[in-house]
Amino acid sequence: MEMPTPNQTVMAKRDKVVARLQEILPKGAVISDPAETRAYECDALTAYKCPPLCAVLPASTEEVAAILRVCHAEGVPVVPRGSGTSLAGGALPTEDCVILGVARMNAVLETDYANRFVRVQTGRTNLSVTGAVEEDGFFYAPDPSSQLACAIAGNIAMNSGGAHCLKYGVTTNNLLGVTMVLIDGTVVELGGAYLDAGGLDLLGVVCGSEGQLGVVTEATLRILRKPEGAKPVLMGFASNEVAGACVSDIIKAGVLPVAIEFMDRPCIRACEAFAGAGYPDCEALLIVEVEGAAEEIAEQLAVILEIARRHDPVELREAADADEAARIWLGRKSAFGAMGQINDYICLDGTIPVSKLPQVLRGIGELSAKYGLQVANVFHAGDGNMHPLILFDANLAGDLEKAEEMGAEILTLCVEVGGCLTGEHGVGIEKRDLMSKQFAPADLEAQMAVKDVFDPAWLLNPAKVFPLAASETRRMAAQ
Amino acid sequence: MMRPQSEEDLAGALAEATAPLRVRGGGTRDVGRPVVGDLLETGGLTGIELHEPGALTLVVRAGTPLSEVEAALDAHGQRLAFEPMDHRVLLGTGGAPTIGGVVAANVSGPRRIAVGACRDFLLGVRFVDGSGTIVKNGGRVMKNVTGYDLVKLMAGSWGCLGVLTEVSLKVLARPATEATLVATGKDAAAGVAALSAALTSPFDVTGAAHLAVEEGRSETRVRIEGMPGSVAYRIDALRAGPCAGWDVVRDDESAVLWTEVRDVAPLAARSGAVWRISVKPSDGPVLTAALAAQGIGEAALYDWGGGLVWLLVAEDGDAGAAAIRAQVAALGGHATLVRAAPATRAALPVFQPQSNGVAALDRAIRAKFDPRGILNPGLMD
Ligand SMILES: Cc1cc2nc3c(=O)[nH]c(=O)nc-3n(C[C@H](O)[C@H](O)[C@H](O)COP(=O)(O)OP(=O)(O)OC[C@H]3O[C@@H](n4cnc5c(N)ncnc54)[C@H](O)[C@@H]3O)c2cc1C
Repeated sequence: MEMPTPNQTVMAKRDKVVARLQEILPKGAVISDPAETRAYECDALTAYKCPPLCAVLPASTEEVAAILRVCHAEGVPVVPRGSGTSLAGGALPTEDCVILGVARMNAVLETDYANRFVRVQTGRTNLSVTGAVEEDGFFYAPDPSSQLACAIAGNIAMNSGGAHCLKYGVTTNNLLGVTMVLIDGTVVELGGAYLDAGGLDLLGVVCGSEGQLGVVTEATLRILRKPEGAKPVLMGFASNEVAGACVSDIIKAGVLPVAIEFMDRPCIRACEAFAGAGYPDCEALLIVEVEGAAEEIAEQLAVILEIARRHDPVELREAADADEAARIWLGRKSAFGAMGQINDYICLDGTIPVSKLPQVLRGIGELSAKYGLQVANVFHAGDGNMHPLILFDANLAGDLEKAEEMGAEILTLCVEVGGCLTGEHGVGIEKRDLMSKQFAPADLEAQMAVKDVFDPAWLLNPAKVFPLAASETRRMAAQ
Repeated sequence: MMRPQSEEDLAGALAEATAPLRVRGGGTRDVGRPVVGDLLETGGLTGIELHEPGALTLVVRAGTPLSEVEAALDAHGQRLAFEPMDHRVLLGTGGAPTIGGVVAANVSGPRRIAVGACRDFLLGVRFVDGSGTIVKNGGRVMKNVTGYDLVKLMAGSWGCLGVLTEVSLKVLARPATEATLVATGKDAAAGVAALSAALTSPFDVTGAAHLAVEEGRSETRVRIEGMPGSVAYRIDALRAGPCAGWDVVRDDESAVLWTEVRDVAPLAARSGAVWRISVKPSDGPVLTAALAAQGIGEAALYDWGGGLVWLLVAEDGDAGAAAIRAQVAALGGHATLVRAAPATRAALPVFQPQSNGVAALDRAIRAKFDPRGILNPGLMD
């Protein structure tokens, strides 16, 4: 993966920048010892590593503003960081950058049940937002699998999704407002504890802008009352095509499950070996979950099971109790861990129209044969968001490159059938150079024009999202 | 007048345009500061390009009449779940609304509180910017974080950033049945408190409104939709809890109640200016009480559990603008003067004035997308 050459002027004044940051921040908030900055050298896309100039860990919006004023004045690039779980290299440093980590900013600032929102500092982890309200019967809906670790900051920057977003939407649909610091230190409030924008929907653009428009320090999040109950069913099918058709029929029927998850045979086998969830050995599995009171669940499941039976399932398993429900989810939830045990893998994230599932799964199978690399598929089928896991051997020279090349072909296929490169993980560095497969130059220009407005000198996370060639003039002009 | 027949025609026309343009879909949503300029109509850009019921997706050209879209969805038991308001009722405008107009104005109705706004259902856009460049963003799939989300930016940009040519929307199945719980005689604070109790229950309320339209009378409404057994269950549960003693209205009769709320029909026949105010739900009655103390506000319709206040005021002087904006600024939120004579709207900022930092971003974005300032100039100022 190509990264821009570090700005030598910035590299040369490293000590000065560190000293200025130390002046404005409390002791311990600036990390410049190379042994310690290594903790920030990568995110969850661990194939790429680069230590930053230094890292700063502010404790308040005011401190973030002070940091950005210094970096802005000195012309130093800034890479915002939440928990570093990005799978796209979104939080990957460059040698000439300051890593601005919001992990110390993790307070709950306001909880308002009557109006159904919480306001938090963005370093707070996703799961602990729900943790703060669940005793009172509420939850924060977006639930990325990384929710134990990932921060609201990264969720907002990546517009993260989760298994239950079929019903509840992704981050942008649950985000009411943010406090954000612009690169020159200006603090802006976008949105708040009320709905929709009074002018242009800037909040909508900031969500998903991958740390390139400003540093988000506080967020107002919509919370919901927990449903009375939930129940998953497990369905096994003899082919991917049949499972895909079943998904489409369920959606068409007008019952909206909260989740429809899909696993193919390689994935089922790996999960079974790892977690022993008791999955049947078949070509394709669906986990369909519905919510409500017992009688509501029964009403929905009657429709769903009737549809499933029309597709000759090899297995239909309704969870009889909480224990069985947990076992149905167990394999799915351990899918990434299971894969990690047997292999190195890269996890793709393309989205396709649900109707193209069989075609794309076939295409992936052909590519797998062509490259001689195994692929396991596990994904959010209800909304077409696929996660093919390409298995490779990091110790084998050239294997990573081969896997990446194959990944690029799979994502190109997703775009060709009417889908997109990334459904929830973001572009980062990983898909940066594929952007021109999906967008014409004018489409990218329009997006970069927005960055020009928020960050005219292109100091915030500049080497991400846009193909380096496309952003080059802008990045260079700034230097 | 211009009425391009294709996206390319439109791009050519905008590239060559030298004077301000008034962008119009069906012309039913005459909102914002009056625009002086040549008329540019989108009515030549019509047709449904794709409707895939099993993927819940619809791709349609922007000038397509809303009625055509709704009929196509209805044929498959689907609908636009965000329940767009028909502005003709309140504004007394004619014409036929287009889907592009719905998107450009981010029009959402009572169900917004449960399922999201138009912007939340918008999957992709194609538009021509003020320089005549064709731009696409988003796509036709449910989950997409590829690049910046200009889709959200275009929703509610009122034609000031570009002229929409095509929109992709997520659609949903129409539920089998609906019912509404109704209570009368509550004051606004009690009404909104009851709505809040219903909305914080686990019973998936999809409409929560309080109507205080006539002196001394009021109605509070809570809607439930879904499969028959589930609706019956949740109605019973609500009546055993926060809606004890409320009446039940079902099916078509229930639907009528929500069309009325959606279109702000109870205020339509009354003379005066109408404000649309978005605040924290519990602030709805606080806001109207503070304004009433200053003699402002003749009738109010509270939607979104109290968070959306439609306020009828006498249309003299500044139509209450100074007082309303001061209250909204203190509470947090935004107020738009939706209905008023053109002269009144010309003399006031129709949209909520922004803080300096945000206003600067807003202006700079408009300057990027429409560098010559020819698209609906002034409308959002
Ligand atoms: C095992 C595993 C499972 C995962 N499952 C899912 C899943 O189900 N769904 C999903 O969507 N994602 C998933 N992810 C991806 C990842 O967890 C998400 O992208 C997450 O939102 C990143 O959050 P973070 O706090 O770790 O952000 P980081 O990795 O620290 O940063 C991510 C991006 O956010 C920017 N950023 C960070 N903080 C700020 C800030 N304060 N202001 C502005 N920008 C900022 C960074 O610059 C970077 O571009 C998974 C990752 C792993 C490792």
